[in-house]
Parts: sequence; structure tokens; C-alpha cells
Amino acid sequence: MSQHLPFLPILLPFLTGVLLLFSAEARHGARALFALASTLAQLVTALTLLAGANGWITAPWPGEVGVYALGNWSAPFGIVLVVDRLATLMLSLTGILGLAALIYALARWERAGSHFLPLFQLLLMGLNGAFLTGDLFNLFVFFEVLLAASYGLALHGSGLPRVKAGLHYVVVNLVASLIFLIAAALIYGVTGTLNMAELALRVPQLDAEARVLFELGAWLLGLVFLVKAGAWPLNFWLPSAYAAAAAPVGAVFAILTKVGVYALLRFSILFGQDVAPLPFKGDWLFYCGLATIAVGTLGVLAAQKLDRLAGYLVITSAGTLLAAFGFTGTTLTGPALYYLASSVLGSGAFFMLIEMAERNRAAAADLLAISFEALGLQDRHESEHPDEGTGVAIPAAMAFLGLAFFSCAVILTGLPPFSGFVAKFALLKAAIAAPEASHGLHGSLLVAALLLSGLAGLLALSRLGVRVFWDSERPVPRLQWLEAGPVAGLVVLCMVLAFGAGPAMDYFEAAARSLHEPSSYINVVLPGGAPGKGAP
Amino acid sequence: MEIVFAFAIGIMAGSGIYLLLRPRTFQVIMGLSLLSYAVNLFIFGMGRLRTGAAPVIDMIRGDDPARYADPVPQALVLTAIVIGFAVTALLLVVLLAARGLAGTDHVDSREPERP
Repeated sequence: MSQHLPFLPILLPFLTGVLLLFSAEARHGARALFALASTLAQLVTALTLLAGANGWITAPWPGEVGVYALGNWSAPFGIVLVVDRLATLMLSLTGILGLAALIYALARWERAGSHFLPLFQLLLMGLNGAFLTGDLFNLFVFFEVLLAASYGLALHGSGLPRVKAGLHYVVVNLVASLIFLIAAALIYGVTGTLNMAELALRVPQLDAEARVLFELGAWLLGLVFLVKAGAWPLNFWLPSAYAAAAAPVGAVFAILTKVGVYALLRFSILFGQDVAPLPFKGDWLFYCGLATIAVGTLGVLAAQKLDRLAGYLVITSAGTLLAAFGFTGTTLTGPALYYLASSVLGSGAFFMLIEMAERNRAAAADLLAISFEALGLQDRHESEHPDEGTGVAIPAAMAFLGLAFFSCAVILTGLPPFSGFVAKFALLKAAIAAPEASHGLHGSLLVAALLLSGLAGLLALSRLGVRVFWDSERPVPRLQWLEAGPVAGLVVLCMVLAFGAGPAMDYFEAAARSLHEPSSYINVVLPGGAPGKGAP
Repeated sequence: MEIVFAFAIGIMAGSGIYLLLRPRTFQVIMGLSLLSYAVNLFIFGMGRLRTGAAPVIDMIRGDDPARYADPVPQALVLTAIVIGFAVTALLLVVLLAARGLAGTDHVDSREPERP
């Protein structure tokens, strides 16, 4: 039984989603409990796999990397799921964020439209599958599953701003999917395989003519991942789509950009740094990341509303990750993974928090109403809350919101005492410690970008925070425990991540180390080496 | 055969990209459909073009793989068609919603001001 554990993160949300689709929407309680139980089970599975991959408990597979052959067809003929430290880390993050967003949504958002729960489960299925799969075309399928679910979720609650931003989001991602297909077809046409481990073996054997075609395919593949990751100049759709999405949806979207980053990292290491085609190679990715940080930082400073600010913070964190993965050498990967965990949890909490804090915006006199009108932005808080005022006010709501906002700001900008600080500190330390002679310029560029983006984030967050929290004209928003709980939980997790930084960093370093030895991954997936050789 | 095939892909992709860049949502969806046809043909072509070769093994032809077409791209095309079809249908709903809510079929949901 336990050997089927790696398949559960895909099977559970799929079955739950399908069953929820066929149950009557009116039975709120039962549906909510069912979805909650399934998400909790996914989180437990992910954490079990995480513990197994690190050897804390006996894993159902030998060695560090586990392979699950679907239908018992072994690679390269069948499709395999591969469980390693990085994949389980991403699974656990998905589980945690999914659970928090689901609890938050159950309070009121779930009822703002139809089919929230099934779509949410299918989104989780797509995410889990994308992290687990060891096959290029299967990766495309899971991307489509998660995107199709995210299209529905981005439009959840309807309203013109959402449909408008959603239309752009859907079209951009559809074009990206078509490019993904071209890339997958080209790579298959040249190498004759779609299995990621076998690809890694075949690529160095390509002759010059095939190599050109392969590089073309790899370019397109990299382009797609950069679109998903929200890298400049492919990210203009991101802030408005994320800002327009309902709060719990925005919270899970915080991990959506990380799927692109994950795929880039996975492929760049599998292809091997020396022979990797361009978009996966260090320098290129590094400067792309720096440009993304710059654009994100400018956006953060220019943002007039908290929800757009959150979108630009997501862009900045994606840029930081790209720059760190692109940095020459492997020393930055561990700290970057720590940063990824901290930023996913922090921005997830932030998306939910700002919706609570801005809930009373329409009632309050808005200082910036005039400038909003001049810029052509519309207030989207008119038709949105189906049951305004039914929530039980929790005591000291404003104090809770202020405290949570402060914590999120500190996490996202990288100030002590929370996990953001540890993450940035570790990144800076590794960047400075890199050998001066060869990468001195890169090191100082990265240090400057990290510090400046942190400063800009702090400026913008305190400016908007002052406006939201120190405005005595605003009525105190009414919160429910169900909404405050997940935000508090995510913030506490970030605290745990900061205070347990030693063991946590050990885990991330171990994940980075095993990641940078692609041979272990390849040997487990293809025990006897590649059976066939050469292109068809 | 190859040249006809290549022209078919090229013309469809070119028309698709042109329509994709137009300002009306219906043109965009037509462009996406044309592009996805081009992509599907391209995937199919990546299995190498052959005449008179089936991707399914039968008893009469024997088990020599050289007598059969590559089945993988054909399976990929099937998957891509199904996914593309579903997502285009979804986009059509979004398009109708945008048209209904905004009262215009411009992709930015508002008409540009004419000088």
C-alpha cells in the first residue's frame, strides 16, 4: 500500500474535485468538511513524503529519490512520478497554502460564485502533478489542468474588473501553452523521448544539426516557464490578474509563479550547466532575474492599492529566485529554496490579509479617490461581498490586522525577526562569499538588487499601511475566526521557519545538494541507463 | 508532401498570429484556434511524415518498427486537441461574459478614444 503514496497527492484532489462537482451546492456543511478533510489528507501525505525523502522515516522506496511508475510501466516507456526533496518541499508548500486558503474561503468567498471547491481541488491536483511528474508532456498536461482550474478561479465572484483581467490572463496563458506544445514536439522530434531523465542522457549525444533544433525547442520551453514565473518582460498580465482575483484565490496564486521557477530549476540542472541550452544557463537567467526585480520594485513603489502592491511583490520574489538560481555556482540554491518557502507563505498570508483590511474601503472616505479616478482605476468593492456584515466581529480586529500586516511586511521585505530576514541574510552571505575574481560583479549586483528591493518594499508597505490602519474615519472591519485563523497560522509558520532556521536550512541545503547531482535522479529513473540510443 | 505540409502550417500560424493581435475578442479567439491547428499539425509532423504506415501494430505487417508510424506524436496530438478544445470553449464563455458586462467586444473592455 505504502508504495502508492507518491500517487496520492494527484489522486486525492482529483477524486475530491469530481465528487464535489456532482454534489448539490446547497449542502455547504458537508461539502466544506469533505474538501477540508481531503486537503488535510493531502498535506499529511506531502509531509510524509517530505519526511521520507529526507530519511526521517522509512520511505517506501530505497535511497533518496523515489520513482513511481504509473500503471507499472517503467521509464522510458511509461510515465513516472519522481519524488525527491525539492518535489516534496513544493508539495508541502502547496498543501499548507491550499489548506489555509481553503479555510479562509469557507468563511464567505466560497459562496460568491459556483463551483469554487471542485475548481480549487483541481488546481491543487495540477500543482501537485506538475511538481511530481518526470515526463515533459505530462508536465504540459498538469500545467493545463492547473491553468484551466485557475481560469475558473480567477473569474470567481465575477464582476467587470475580474472578467477583464481574466480575459487577458487566459489569452496570455493559452498562447504560452501553444508555445509549450511546439517546444515539446520539437524536443521529441529531435531526441525521440519525453522522459526528463532520458532527455538529460540524450542531449549531449546530439549531433550539430539536431543540436540547433533542440536549442530552438529549449528556447521556447524556457520562454514558457519564464511567462509562468512572471519574469520581465513577460509579466504584464500578472499584477492585474492577481489583484482582481478573490483573496483566497490570490493566496494560492502566490505559488503559481513558483511552478515556472521550479520547472526552470529542474530542467536547467537536468540538462547540466555546461551543455544547457541558453535560457536555462546561468548568466542569462541571472540578468533576466535582475530585470524582473527592477520592474517589480518600480511597480511596488508606484502601486496605489494594496492588492496591486501584492502582485508586484510576487514579481519581485520571482525575480529574486531567478537571479539566485542563475547565479554562477551552486551555493545560492539552498538559501534560494528557503527564500521560496518563506515568500510563498508570506505572500499567501498577505493576499488574504489585505482583503480583510480593505473590506471597509467603500464605506470609508478614500483619500486617494480623486487620483484613482484620474488614473482610470475602478473601485471594485461595490458588489463583492455577498453577505457583508454577517461575520462575528472578533475582539480587537484592528489590532490583529495591524499586527499581521506588520508581520507580513517584515517577512516580505526581509527584516528581522521573521523568516524573510533569515532568507535574505543567507542569500546575501552566499552572494558575498562567492569567489571575488570570477563573479565579483554578479555578487555586488545581486546584493544591491536585494537590498534596494527590500527598501522599496518597506517604503511602499509602510506608506500604504499608514493610510489603511491609521485612518480614524474607517469603521472597524468585521472578521470571522475562520478568516483570521489561516493568516495567523501562516505568519506563525514563518516564525517557526525563522526560529528553526538551523534545521530548516540544513534541509534546504540537502535538497540543493541532491538537486545538483542529476546523476542520482537519472540513475533512479533509468536503472540500466538509456535503452535505445540516438534520434529516430 | 513536406512542402505542402510546411506551407499549411505556416499560413495557418501566420493568420493566427495576425488575428491574435487584433483588438476584437472574436478575432482573438479565431486566431487562437488557427494557431492551435497549426501547432497540432506541427506535433503530428514531428513524428515524421509517412504514407501508408499505421501507428498500430497488426499481425499481417509483423513486428518491425520501421513499418509503422511513430505513435507517440499522434497520442500527443489527441491530448493537445482535447485540451485545446476545452480551453477554447472556456475562453468563449469568458468572452461572452466580457461582452455582456462591458458592452463592447474590445479586448480591453473599453473602446479606444478616436481622435
